[in-house]
Formats: sequence, structure tokens, C-alpha cells
Amino acid sequence: MQARKSEDTAIPMCGSEGAVLRQKADGKLREHLEGIARDIRWDIVRMIGLAQSGHPGGSLSCADILVCLYFYAMNHDPENPDWGDRDRFVLSKGHAAPALYAVLARSGYFDREELWHLRRLGSILQGHPDRLKTPGVEISTGSLGQGLAAACGMALGLRMDGNPARIYALIGDGESQEGGIWEAAMLAGHQRLDNLIAVLDNNGLQIDGSCCEIVGLGDIAAKWRSFGWEVQEVDGNDVLKICEALDHAASADCPAMIVAHTVKGKGVSFMENNVDFHGKAPTPEEMEKALKEIEGS
Amino acid sequence: MKNTRDGYAAALLELGERDQRIVVLDADLAKSTQTEKFKQSFPERFIDCGVAEQNLMATAAGLAATGKIAFASTFAIFATGRAYDQVRNTIAYSNLNVKICASHGGITVGEDGSSHQALEDIALMRAIPRMKVIVPADFYETREAVKAAAAIEGPVYVRIGRPKVPVLFDDGYRFEFGKALILRPGRDVTVLACGFMVHKALEAAEELAAEGIEAEVIDLHTIKPLDAEGILASASRTGRVVTCEEHSIVGGMGGAVAELLGEEMPLPMRRVGIRDSFGTSGTVEELVEHFKLGSHHIAEVVRAHCG
Repeated sequence: MQARKSEDTAIPMCGSEGAVLRQKADGKLREHLEGIARDIRWDIVRMIGLAQSGHPGGSLSCADILVCLYFYAMNHDPENPDWGDRDRFVLSKGHAAPALYAVLARSGYFDREELWHLRRLGSILQGHPDRLKTPGVEISTGSLGQGLAAACGMALGLRMDGNPARIYALIGDGESQEGGIWEAAMLAGHQRLDNLIAVLDNNGLQIDGSCCEIVGLGDIAAKWRSFGWEVQEVDGNDVLKICEALDHAASADCPAMIVAHTVKGKGVSFMENNVDFHGKAPTPEEMEKALKEIEGS
Repeated sequence: MKNTRDGYAAALLELGERDQRIVVLDADLAKSTQTEKFKQSFPERFIDCGVAEQNLMATAAGLAATGKIAFASTFAIFATGRAYDQVRNTIAYSNLNVKICASHGGITVGEDGSSHQALEDIALMRAIPRMKVIVPADFYETREAVKAAAAIEGPVYVRIGRPKVPVLFDDGYRFEFGKALILRPGRDVTVLACGFMVHKALEAAEELAAEGIEAEVIDLHTIKPLDAEGILASASRTGRVVTCEEHSIVGGMGGAVAELLGEEMPLPMRRVGIRDSFGTSGTVEELVEHFKLGSHHIAEVVRAHCG
């Protein structure tokens, strides 16, 4: 079984100002990134389906964000994962590991075949990211609320060295109930970490129900602003909107937060906005149905 | 009498001078942990995380991920209890070069009382894979242990105390990581001590010698990895073991030694330490009496054990 591959166009990875406008002009960027995102979703569903374990909802909601980071915004070199000037990405919501694994494989950090061994004993792809096992993973995450703080530490370290690279972090909305997120938010704001860009995958659902019902985040943009961050709100499943926001965030003189409004389970109709698919794998039949739906999209 | 915290500060200054990778983080206790001195000399490599110990540990992990050797300091109770998950999952699981140098370990925190007295920190830290655990006994041993920790790849926990303690070593002391250090040879009983309890054990041995009991006093500064060979060699000579620590008898140094002896050389042993209780307010001297950690208490345990 093979995923339908988008045509690999010759658009270079870049993070420079104005790039999105140039590329939008020739109309290829959306097609390029959406094609990759479709493949990534196919891989996410298949790897979780084969593993019969994992978190499809939050992996699918953030797929477009990760595609924009790895195939548009970030300077990185899969051939040389330890390159000192690389931009770094931290998946603070570590349970979306399948999305990260899919973009890392697609980038060339490891063979795509590894995806089909997700969560198996001896696999390089653990249930949650492990930097010692998976090439391209910068720091191990999974226990929520800690990745953003680690990203702050990385941003501080690079700034001390005069390294121009950026740190990107993806956090969840359920994860934002962790106090650790706000400790990190306060430190980053105080330190004016302008090399730190965080994206909130605001899909509105967590294990026990909707975030609003469990412990609502309130005016989340206002909260981040009050912690000294520049905040943008975008449609987190629109690749061009995400790219524009990432470009804009790169020019901020303080840490930048992109509140990305997303749909949990995006791209598979029966998973969309369905809380049951937070941490439940599709059955083999559901997997086939989902893969066909993605192929036809 | 000299402060072990000053030994930590001295090591940091020395390390900071010769290695640009050294960064220090604190959580609003720089004046107490003595990282303040590093801050004054190398302000660009010092980060105060404020009253946020969990953030302190995860931020230190991130710094280490960019190639820094990150020293993270706060009181032992907060470093190991409050931030346990960050230490386990973000530092140790990632195998990052973070040195957790925690001051105010043990009951000798004194007047602040139970909320600030870490009596389980050694147990918590030694249970974490990849973590090394060092409990130095005096100013010089602390200074040298911290320098040794900087040279070790991966996470290290160094437990430092609050009170001034007698100076046992000198400026030329060479710290050997992972080696049980015999401070006083003896044939009748092996007394293993760490940190604040080392000088108490030496005083006890003095008292016992007058009665004809020759105790072999060992400074067990490295609790993980445990020097199995050194401990077993001494225990096989004496046939009896007593451990001394200002920590719970559950899971600490005494626990580690009991695990070793239980598997390798079952023989009678006793543990001097906090007997599964919380601490309480008091002066150091009062608390040492109250929790039976004094040299005469050690002597009493040894006497009964040898009798």
C-alpha cells in the first residue's frame, strides 16, 4: 500500500521574510504544502492503525502546522541533524508524536518504513518522542507542560551563543491547563526571547470532553499577551495562513504565540471534532475507510 | 568549620572561569544556595527562574540540549520533590547534561521545619535511571565533587547541606567519583556515612575506640553508582555494617547498602537515619538529638550491634 505522493516541486525550505508572498504569487505554495499535509495525514492514520494504539485526533489537528514548520519555516538539514545553526522544534504536546514522526520521515531523518513500527517493542518510534531513539527529535516529551520550558532553555542557550537560529514549540490547549506552561510563558516574556515561537494547537477537545467543559482557557490570546508575548490568531488548518503567521512571528521583538484554531481529527470525517478519537486507534476497517477518504481529498 | 555551600560556590567560579559552557540557574534562592557568587562573576551565564522550580529544571534541560553544562540549584526539597517529573522525564529520560546541585538537604535545614527538610531526596534521585547521586561531607569534598560532576556526561544530583560542618579534607583532596573512601580503618564494624553524618561517624568511632571497638569509617560520598566492591570488601573484613545519613531510612543510602548486602553478602546491618517520619522545627543541635543522629547515638547503635 502506498500513499499518494504530492508532486515534489522545487520550492526550497526557507524562513525568510516575504518568502510566503513571493511563493504565493506563483500559486505553488498552497498546493505544495497541502499535498505534503495530505500525505502526512495518510501516514498518521496508517501508523496508528497498524499500531492499534496512539492519538489520532491531536496528530491530525496539528498536521498542517508541522508541515508548514518543517517544509516552509524552519532551517534544518536532515542530512546533518546536529547542525549547530539549525532551527529547533519541540513537540510539547508529545502525544501528537505520529505527526512529528511523519514529517521527520518525509524530511528524510529516517526511513518511512519505520513509521509502520510505531509503538512496537524495539522501535525507534516510541509512544511519545524520545530524543535518544529518534533522529530529529530535539528533546524527549510526553509528560505535558514541560516542552515549552525546555524550548525556553534552548532559546536562552542559543541567545547566549549569539546563534541566530529559532526555537519553535507546539503546545496543546488541554496541555495549557498545566501550570508549567505558564511558568515558561512568564520566563520567556521576562527574558524577551525573540527567538522563541510557540504555536497553540487549539482544537478545543481533550480526553474527558471539550476544554470549555473541563477547565476552559478563557481569553487565551489575552492571557499570552499579558505574559509579554506577541499573539496572532489564525486558522490552523490553512497552510498559507500558518505560513504568513510564522513569517510575521519571526520579526517579533519578543516571544511570539500563534493561536492556531484547528479541528481535532482534521481530514477524516468521522474523527473530526470527535473526542473519542483523542487517544483511540481506528479499527482496521475504520483505518481503510480513513485512508481512502484522505486519498480522495 | 566551613560551609559546604561555599564549596559549591568555589567550584562554580573555577568551572565558570575555564569553561564557557557552564551556565547556572536558580529559583529565587541564589543567596542561600550560593549561586549568587557565580551570578556576580558571570551574569550573562546566570538565569534566575524565579519561584518556579519545575520551570527551573525543564529550562536547564533545554540549555543542556544546546550544548551547555547546566547547573540547577534550589533547596533539595524543591529540586527533587516539586520538580521530580521534570527531572525524570525531561532531564534524565533525555540524558541531558544537567547538574542538580541542591542545598539544604536533610534535617539540618533546622528551624524552617518539615516543609523545607528533604528527607526523601536521595531515594527519589537514585531511583531514576541515568542519574548519579553524590553527597559530599565537607567544603573541600563538595568543591571537588561539583567539579567531578561537571566532567560527567549526563545528569548528576549533588546534595549539599545548610550548616557549617568540620573540615575533614584539605586543599589537595582528590575526589574519586564512585569510590567508597576509608577515612579510618577498623576491624570490628563497617560504618558507612555520607554528608553531614561523616564527621558524626568519625566522632563515634573515636568514642568506640576508647572501649576497644574498632570501627572502619567510610565516607560513602557516591551513592549511585554504589561502590559495591569497596563496601563488600570492608563488610567481609568486619562482618557487620551500620549506615548513617540525615535522610529517611527508607530508600536512601542505607537502603542502597541494604539492597547490595541482601543480594551479595547477607549480614547483620543497622541503619541510623530518620525513621520514616517528617521533620520538625528546631536548631541543628536539637534536631540531631531529637532524631538520634548524634555521634553518641551512632556509638550506641554500633555497640548494640557488636554486642
